This record gives sequence, structure tokens and C-alpha cells, in this order.
Amino acid sequence: MTATNLTPTTTPTNALASAPAFVFTPENKQRIKAMTAKYPKGREASAVLPVLDLAQRQNNNWLSQTAIEAVAEALAMPAMRVMEVASFYSMFNLKPVGKYFIQCCRTTPCWLMGSDEVARAVKDRLGIGPGETSDCGRFTFVEVECLGACVNAPMVQINDEYYEDLDYVRMKWLIDTLANGEMPNPGSVKGRQGSKAQAKSMAKPMPHSLPESGAKSLAKSETKSGAKSGAKSTPTGKKRGGGKHA
Amino acid sequence: MLKAKDRIFTNLYGEDSPSLASAQRRGDWDNTKKYMAKGADAVIDAVKASGLRGRGGAGFPTGLKWSFMPKQAKPDLPHYLVVNADESEPGTCKDRDILRHEPHKLLEGCLLAGFAMRAETAYIYIRGEFYQEAVVLQQAIDEAYAAGLLGANAAKSGWRFDIYLHRGAGAYICGEETALLESLEGKKGQPRLKPPFPAQCGLYGCPTTINNVETIAVVPTILRRGGDWFASLGRKNNQGTKLFCISGHVETPCNVEEEMGIPLQELINKHAGGVRGGWNNLLAVIPGGSSTPLIPKSVCDNVLMDFDALKDEGTGLGTAAVIVMDKSTDIIAAIARIAHFYKHESCGQCTPCREGTGWMSRMLDRMVVGDATSAEIDMLFEISKQVEGHTICALGDAAAWPIQGLIRHFRPLIEKRIKNKTSPSRVAAE
Repeated sequence: MTATNLTPTTTPTNALASAPAFVFTPENKQRIKAMTAKYPKGREASAVLPVLDLAQRQNNNWLSQTAIEAVAEALAMPAMRVMEVASFYSMFNLKPVGKYFIQCCRTTPCWLMGSDEVARAVKDRLGIGPGETSDCGRFTFVEVECLGACVNAPMVQINDEYYEDLDYVRMKWLIDTLANGEMPNPGSVKGRQGSKAQAKSMAKPMPHSLPESGAKSLAKSETKSGAKSGAKSTPTGKKRGGGKHA
Repeated sequence: MLKAKDRIFTNLYGEDSPSLASAQRRGDWDNTKKYMAKGADAVIDAVKASGLRGRGGAGFPTGLKWSFMPKQAKPDLPHYLVVNADESEPGTCKDRDILRHEPHKLLEGCLLAGFAMRAETAYIYIRGEFYQEAVVLQQAIDEAYAAGLLGANAAKSGWRFDIYLHRGAGAYICGEETALLESLEGKKGQPRLKPPFPAQCGLYGCPTTINNVETIAVVPTILRRGGDWFASLGRKNNQGTKLFCISGHVETPCNVEEEMGIPLQELINKHAGGVRGGWNNLLAVIPGGSSTPLIPKSVCDNVLMDFDALKDEGTGLGTAAVIVMDKSTDIIAAIARIAHFYKHESCGQCTPCREGTGWMSRMLDRMVVGDATSAEIDMLFEISKQVEGHTICALGDAAAWPIQGLIRHFRPLIEKRIKNKTSPSRVAAE
């Protein structure tokens, strides 16, 4: 591993308090109206999970204290009640995370199929273990409990997408691809149709690990704009369509 | 083996589109109002006749559950149908396939079930991590509204019916029905004491029935083909078809729809390409998701996959998530992972579960490396018995059972590892 600058850093613990003020965008205010309309009058608090999720999306995938207060205000709830909810559910990040939030399932079905190897690939490629963010600030890695794709184990979730049927080499390929500013097509990296049985001979061939370019792009990652271009690629390098983004 | 013509989920793998037009081509939403014209009780009777038991794990008869709802909704107490799509039992990934590939079966089922229990509103609580699945399902809901299949006069039946999608945010406990209701009301997902049962006092204090995705999604087909057809599959009290999730050490892991009561060996060999290294390389199987106790190969040889056959073996069908472990598996570590899962997911409300799951997990972690005494195995079993049955919800039981199963079938292995441990260095407890 040549990229020596990818050593882990610790996230500032006082981030929650020192974050800048949070205000919902006008579009998101409209969305909140639509969300609360799903529930009977006087039961607007029911929308607290969707609205927290919305706030998190607007705030680089984490919830600052002011974001939580903004949710409380929007739903006329005590801020403490919202904080209680935000800290109970695992999908809310109360600390800043990287642009690519990699969640590796580690529960028994994935572990049996090699989730430790997936975690090792992350460690080798990015130099980070569970709960750590890469030095470049773009990748955060966490281990989570069952994500519900057990017949496609082992798998990771990166932001909203599931990547399934992984192994050591394919996980490294996945990180290389992200580092190059491409978001690979979600789903099985072995080209499986959903959860259908796939003969071993039918699996997409092992991707060639990307040459130097992958490591280089990570080293100068801060200057690259990242995956916004939405270019799609598959382990074989072929372009594939059909990725859904809402 | 299930015949192709008896399969309910013909698009389980997403080979066809989940869109309304494709779903209608597969037979969904075909003359739905015809089954509603006979009245709500006729729907419940058909489901009762089918012998359908809840597919979420507990296996409670669905028709009976629906009949607990009041016969007439009071104006200030509307009825609610809540669909539990918070699929998070380790090993289970069947509902995900329904949500992303067969969403219209679920929506049509919601209308029929809602009508049967006099509910005009359904909430589908989908686990937050299923983002793409939620996108597909929301598109399906929008399509159904646009086609007049939902909303005022749903499917021209004269019944008003609304379906709302609600995304969770990552908490296993919200799969427990009363915790799900708490979460839906915007609170922490901590289970409620029963009674009162949700059929009397559920969502917002109104009569509510909570059903699993698969349970609801099979209802339209049951009504089309008749309760007798569904009941003709499988064995008495264990009827119909079931989605099985086969994960772990098999040649080709997959989800598959099969007849209830199929022998476990046949299920694995026919659909999952057999155990890695052959049937004799099998060590043990967890037959119904992480909360069901494992069964060793000797039991796997002949056991049938249904509620009663597995209950007789001291385990359960659960969600029919078959986790296969071959002889290369460190079975103590595999169960220790499950113990860690329950420690992580305990909501913290009841002391036996909050503290017990931590104790059990830490003791098992030591047993993985043999750093324990033989007497501690008895102590671990005793703790599991103190957790089981002493909590508000079944998470305590679910945490205790896999550990009891391990001790029941693999105690000699734990003893052997303790004996072989030569270095006395102790792993620090958390």
C-alpha cells in the first residue's frame, strides 16, 4: 500500500456543539409538509423519522444539534424528544462522516461468507478500521448488524446503495472505483439477478485491481469533485444502465 | 416440490418489471372488487379456510387475527392496517424481494386485508436501510393511485383506502409489533406491554392489526385461487407456500418459494446446489432466522420445514431463513456473533434483556477462545433462562434461544475448547 497519508483520524467530539446553524431549504420545507400530511391531525410527530432523515441528507449525512433543533421546531416537538429518537436509531449519525459512508454487515450470515475479508480490504486499502474516517475525510467505515441481504452475503451499504456478493478483491475494486469518482452500479458485483441462485461459473470475473490511478486519486482526493458525475461501471469495466436514484 | 403453476411470487427475482402494467400482466389487480363485493367477512373466511399462518415468525393464524378487530369502526376510532416491512432478522431477506419486485401484490393485499378489517388506512413501515426498495414501492403506490386502485373508491369497490409508506431508521426492535407502533408514532421503538392488544388499542390508540409483508402479499392469490387451493399445499396446520432464504455455506445461496413442509435436505439440495463440500460436510443449520435454536446435522437429515415439525425438534420455522454452516465453521463464534447482535439491538427497556444480552455476549466471547470454566457453561444456560420469558417483548427469548441451542447440541465442543486452552491470559470483559 503506497498511500501513506490515509491513516485514520479521530472525529472531533465537540462537533455536535460547534456545528454551524442549520436551516431547512425551501424545497425541504415543502417536503416536510408532504410528510406530515400522511398522518392524522395532531399526530405530526409521527413524521420525526422521515424529517430527521431529510435533515441528515441536507447536512452531509449527519445530524448536528442545530439540525435536531430545526426538526423539533418543524414538528412542534420538544428538542429533547427529537434527540432521544435521533440517538435511539442507528441510521442517524451524530458525528460528521465521510462522503462515502461504508457500512459493512457483520452478522452471522455475512460473517460465514467472509465479512471479515471485506473489512480487511477496507483496512488495507484505506487504513481505517470500524468507526474510523480516512485521513482524506471522504471515507467512513462502520460495522453494522444485519442489513437484510443475507443470501447475497457478504455485503456493504455505501450511502443508499447495497453492494452484494463481495469478497476481498471486489471490495478493493469498489473502493478504487469510488476513489476515482465513480459510483458503481448497486446490487450484486457478481452480476446475479436479485436473490436468484447463480452457478459459480456464471459469476462475473474477478475485476482487475485498478493500477496506480486508484491510489493516486485518493492521495489528491480533496481536489477531486467525487462521484457527482454519476458515471456507472461494473467489475468488468462495462458501462451498465438502470441504476435508480431518487 | 412446488409446481410452477402454484407459485405465487412469479417475479421474485425481478426478471420482469415491478411496474403496474407488468404486475397486471402477471395477474395482479385483476377484478379485485369482485372479492370485496362478497363482504368483509367473506374475505376473512377465505383466509381462515386457507390455513394461512403469519409469515413474520410467530405463525399466528392470520384469519383469526383479523377477526379480533371490531366489526364496525367507530367514527372517532378509525381502524388501521400496519404492514411490518422492517425486515431485520439475521438470515432473512424475503420481504425485500417482494418490496422491490412484487410491490403490487403487497398493495392489493393491503386493500383486501384493510377492507376485511374495516380499515381505510394502511401504513407500510419499511426498514430505513431499504432505500431503493422504498423508492420502488412509492412508485408502485403512486401508480396505483393514478390508476384508481387506491384512494376514494379504490379499485371501483366503493371502499376508500389509502396507503402510506413510512421509512424506519435502523432498529431491529421495531420489527416487534408494538415497538413498530411506538416508532410510527414518532417515539423510540420500545415495545408496549400487552394487553391491551393492538386490535383494541394500537396505533394512536385505535384498533390496529400488524401483519408481515409476505402474509399480506399472498392474500390476493388466496382469494383468486381459493382458500382450499392454498390449504391443499403442505401439511395440516402448516399449509401453503413459503419463501425460504438459504444463506451460508451452500453452493448457490438464494431465495426461493417452496411448499411448506419440504424436507430441509431437499430444499438445500434442489435450490441451493447442496451444502458446500457435500451433505456430509454439514455441521448445523439455523432453520428460521437467528432467533431460532440451531439443529445439528443428525436432525437436518430428516426434518421437515414447517412450524410444527421444527417445533418438535426444539426449534422453529421463524421467518424460514435457513443459515447453513459446514464443518469449517467455528460454531461457538457463529453464535457469539448472534449474541452480539442481540446485545446491540436490545432496546434497553427491560433489565433482564438489557443486562442479560451483554452478559451472555461477553461470556460467549470468552468461550470462543476457551477462556472459561466448565461451570460457566451452566451459568450461561442459567442466565439465558433468566432472560427468557422475563421481558416485555420476545427479544429476550430470541436472544436466549440460540445460546440454549448451542449448549444443547455442542456442549462437548465448548468443554473441549476450555480444556485445550493452555495460556491463562484472560480476555478483558467489555
